[in-house]
Amino acid sequence: MRRLLALAGLLVVAGCGDDGTLAVGAGAKKPQLVVSAASSMKQALTTCAPDYADADLRLQFAGSDELAAQIRQGVPVDVLAAASTALPDALAAEGELGAPVSFASNELVLAVPAEKARVASLAELEQPGIKLVIGAEGVPVGDYTRRVLDQLGPRRRDAVLANVRSNEPDVRGVVGKLTQGAADAGFVYATDVEAAGGRLAAIELPEALDATATYGAGVVTAAKQPEAAEAFVDDLLAGGCHEALMAAGFGVP
Amino acid sequence: MSGLRRGWFAVALAVALAAVLTFLTLPVVAIFVQQPPGDLIAALGEEGALDALWLSLRTTSAALALILMAGTPAAYLLATRRFRGRAAVITLIELPLVLPPAVAGIALLAALGPATVLGRAAGDAGAPLSLATAGVVVALTFVAAPFYLRQAIAAFEAVDPTLLDASRTLGASPARTWWRVAVPTALPGLVAGTALALGRALGEFGATLMFAGSFQGITQTVPLAIYDRFATDFTAALALSAVLVAVSAGILLSVKLVRGPDVLRG
Repeated sequence: MRRLLALAGLLVVAGCGDDGTLAVGAGAKKPQLVVSAASSMKQALTTCAPDYADADLRLQFAGSDELAAQIRQGVPVDVLAAASTALPDALAAEGELGAPVSFASNELVLAVPAEKARVASLAELEQPGIKLVIGAEGVPVGDYTRRVLDQLGPRRRDAVLANVRSNEPDVRGVVGKLTQGAADAGFVYATDVEAAGGRLAAIELPEALDATATYGAGVVTAAKQPEAAEAFVDDLLAGGCHEALMAAGFGVP
Repeated sequence: MSGLRRGWFAVALAVALAAVLTFLTLPVVAIFVQQPPGDLIAALGEEGALDALWLSLRTTSAALALILMAGTPAAYLLATRRFRGRAAVITLIELPLVLPPAVAGIALLAALGPATVLGRAAGDAGAPLSLATAGVVVALTFVAAPFYLRQAIAAFEAVDPTLLDASRTLGASPARTWWRVAVPTALPGLVAGTALALGRALGEFGATLMFAGSFQGITQTVPLAIYDRFATDFTAALALSAVLVAVSAGILLSVKLVRGPDVLRG
């Protein structure tokens, strides 16, 4: 529901963007840039957005798959910053997005409640009766989770997946189920554990599982402000928003 | 002159109606025309879609059964007795009606979530609510019950008290009077309330997701399945939406039929 409302809000924001006079009231006449970003970057990007000098940023956060679907449906957006490279690459191949760049990385971890955790290692996830919550298929965090679990081999993977009690449409759903005590463990990004403010603990996954997610961004082909959009993508790579991402626990791709 | 002015006004009214009608029907019609009907039906054959439909049917039926069993006598009491605090009780009962779904979800977690006393007791008793089908039923009951209760209170209030008095004078017990006189007389209103609650329960989304989660066959009802497919399989999302539109239209139509042909004629 919240994301549907966000979509409605985006339509309204985009509608206002058509009217150039609205930006005048804000002082200097800056271009208005609609940025669709994956939910995991909310904290970082809302921190850097007010200080971004070159444009008036209108940030929209949702699951990357959903943001991609919006772009395919023609919702007017200037920049897509996704929690994967697969989605921007697919959109670029369809001609919806300019050449995407990798701007950040995030690590998939096993998150457990900070207190009284029932799970202390990845191996313990295979025990029957453990309540596991993961992202749904088609949602980047869900796809990463399945890809990482595939590295365990079919027997261990199936033992883990047999404990899944909910496939959440976004990472906040996974975090919420953990902080409410509904689940014993969940796969989320390292930055989500950071953002949960001490209520969750992260169990890092073995190097061999290749649990690092690369984030890709690109300028939407139908962007109303292509140059300003390009400049913002550069800022994600090296400017103030890059700094904010690093402070929130993201890594360099 | 006045004739001319009246003509202008009639045209304005007709234009407003056309605008309203177009705006409200276009999205619904679009569900059916964006994909060929064959594709929609094929998409419903998918296992997950059938699971969602079956789960929605079971949880909605369970929620309605709870609402009818507890709600009908409760509504009768509120409709026929006057006591201090009655208005406050009715307001409290109606409150979930205007709560945003996200608030309903948070409220249910705060009251019955796994970290709460009640939620833990349910889990210890072997009937956990979170991430379980029972949790879906709780969420549906919470959001849909006020729709039934409102209608039921109004329906019982409209029953002529002399009918009830006559029944009791003739020797029927209060319980028998309620069951044989009040309920049959109020039946059209009760059915209308049931249909409204059914519609609300079928469409429930936010509270279910927050309180019960989303898992195929366990907690993923049709609205959650639609949302799950929104990005990955738009045709399947359309197909499930088409089913909900058809069912909702059926509910609306049946309410109008129960309320009498007058309503249908307009």
